[in-house]
Amino acid sequence: MPQYFPPNVNAFVRWSILGGGAFLVALLIALPIYARTVNNAVGVPVEQPIAFAHNLHVTQLGIDCRYCHSTVEVAASANVPSSHVCMTCHSQIRLGAPQLEALWLSWEQDLPIRWNRVHDMPGFAYFDHSAHLTNGVGCSTCHGRVDQMAGMWKTEPMTMGWCMECHRAPERFLRPRSEVFNMAYQPPSDQLTLGRELVVAYDVNTNKLIQCSTCHR
Amino acid sequence: MRAKRAPVLLRLAAVVAAGGLLLAGCGRNMAEQPRVEPLQESSLLPGRSGSLTPPEGTVSRQRGGIDPVFFTGQRDGALVTELPVELTLGLLQRGQERYDIYCAACHGYVGDGDGMIVRRGFPRPASFHEQRLQDASVGYIFNAATNGFGRMFAYADRVPAEDRWAIAAYVKALQLSQHAHADDLPAEVRRSLELERSAERASR
Repeated sequence: MPQYFPPNVNAFVRWSILGGGAFLVALLIALPIYARTVNNAVGVPVEQPIAFAHNLHVTQLGIDCRYCHSTVEVAASANVPSSHVCMTCHSQIRLGAPQLEALWLSWEQDLPIRWNRVHDMPGFAYFDHSAHLTNGVGCSTCHGRVDQMAGMWKTEPMTMGWCMECHRAPERFLRPRSEVFNMAYQPPSDQLTLGRELVVAYDVNTNKLIQCSTCHR
Repeated sequence: MRAKRAPVLLRLAAVVAAGGLLLAGCGRNMAEQPRVEPLQESSLLPGRSGSLTPPEGTVSRQRGGIDPVFFTGQRDGALVTELPVELTLGLLQRGQERYDIYCAACHGYVGDGDGMIVRRGFPRPASFHEQRLQDASVGYIFNAATNGFGRMFAYADRVPAEDRWAIAAYVKALQLSQHAHADDLPAEVRRSLELERSAERASR
């Protein structure tokens, strides 16, 4: 019986196994790195048509988050305010300021300002702001101290692994509903005790929180 | 030896290239699906925004149904003087919360028109404690919040009708609070205030 494979095929097989294995290992390392870096830009301010300063409006002027993000308690999407909302004050204040040029243009042309999205949820993940607020997740838990930010950037990676840190153990992060808009909120030293009470009080279904279809529908 | 090894490396390269081709299949098409997300730009939609405003004449399905009094604060063209919703402590507390969010920035937390935005240059609104506004009906306050008044923009786009009634009720309560006599208070509230006061005196 003739030999179909010459002896050097042995080396090829060895190399293939080695190469294939190395390729898989490299993939296992590279994919999470990709998912955690390319996607995320934590701490990188996103350039905007107007250099809106949350710290000025929230901390210095004392305007509540909900004055502008008025749907956050009742809808999935926390709206970015319309130019009409900005103009409620700016029809009188800082008239003609060059920094607000995009606002004047938008107002004259009756077209929305083209803000750049900072938190871009992937299309396969469903997120609802109102559900998180009613169950005791505070603004600053996910968005950080926006009240102190001059620009806008992500303070959390917003990866699935990050979501699961809370979805697996919500008692570690929940606050009383009365505190969700308190940007300076500090969890008490016995957070786990409070958290467990809140999970019961708000009827948080911890089994459902870790089901795929809760977020991927 | 050299001649033999070269094809092995070549084949290894082929394996890696095939893997690379597999990876090339990875894309963002699941993350960026062909649909318009809230507030996303779309040239197909009026206003070029994925968030549409309801067409003129849309009937709300929120509380109040199609009751014109509930949504306009007017009956037969005249501003109503009675709340179209039940007056409860809960309504006033909701009104206080919403007032503090949407109104206090200009009108001030006590309604005297000395809010932070006014201090920063917005023309000062009338104090709610002026005689003219004390005499104004709850429908008048609701109407101002709904349609705007003078330099104040309409708030109907941000504050639902139910909350505007809660705010109007709270403003009436705020007016009362600034002109109330100690005798008007319920006995137990008065007693607790008096206790507080004497404790304060004692601590001095």
